[in-house]
Amino acid sequence: MKSNLTKSISLLAVIAGLSSCVTINIYFPAAAAEKAADKIIDDVWQLKDEAQTTTNKPVDAPAAK
Amino acid sequence: MQKLMSIFIVVMALFLSSSLANAVPDLEVNTPAISAIKNSMQARHNQLAPHYASGAIGLTKDGLIAVRDTTAVPLKDRQGINALVAAENTDRNALYKEIAAGNGHPEWRGDIQGTFAGRWIDKAQSGWYYQSDSGWVKK
Repeated sequence: MKSNLTKSISLLAVIAGLSSCVTINIYFPAAAAEKAADKIIDDVWQLKDEAQTTTNKPVDAPAAK
Repeated sequence: MQKLMSIFIVVMALFLSSSLANAVPDLEVNTPAISAIKNSMQARHNQLAPHYASGAIGLTKDGLIAVRDTTAVPLKDRQGINALVAAENTDRNALYKEIAAGNGHPEWRGDIQGTFAGRWIDKAQSGWYYQSDSGWVKK
């Protein structure tokens, strides 16, 4: 009888613990979202690519006449 | 009773370690679905760029784009602009949804869209139009 009570209490503790893990992860990571947005916008608008091709051009230039 | 205490301690330890691990989360943006949308938007950008520059299309405050003023656009091209804007907005909505879903939090969709809205405008070239609370503004 006593062990049954202990079991159910510990089960409750586990459930409470797990559900609090879920709750803690629910906030919105604003800084990470900004970083992700910047990465995607740079790709879509090719903001980083442009800088790369311009730095690459002088290297290729001597090969051309 | 001792057993109960030890179980409680283990649960608390699990809870603490998981909250520490989640303290600095990074958003996953390299899922196949997100990459596909990104490529589609990248390909469309060459067609959109002149319209951003002319002011025919502007960036809205909710992270989408809209037809702003087509007086400078030849009549025959106006239908094309509407289709471009519609296609771009479909992609953008799908992008925000996929980032939220790809990170296991579909409910973040609105927050992600809001974050993007600010970043699109920040990264826009000068001369492009964006929507503020009081209307269209030329950057």
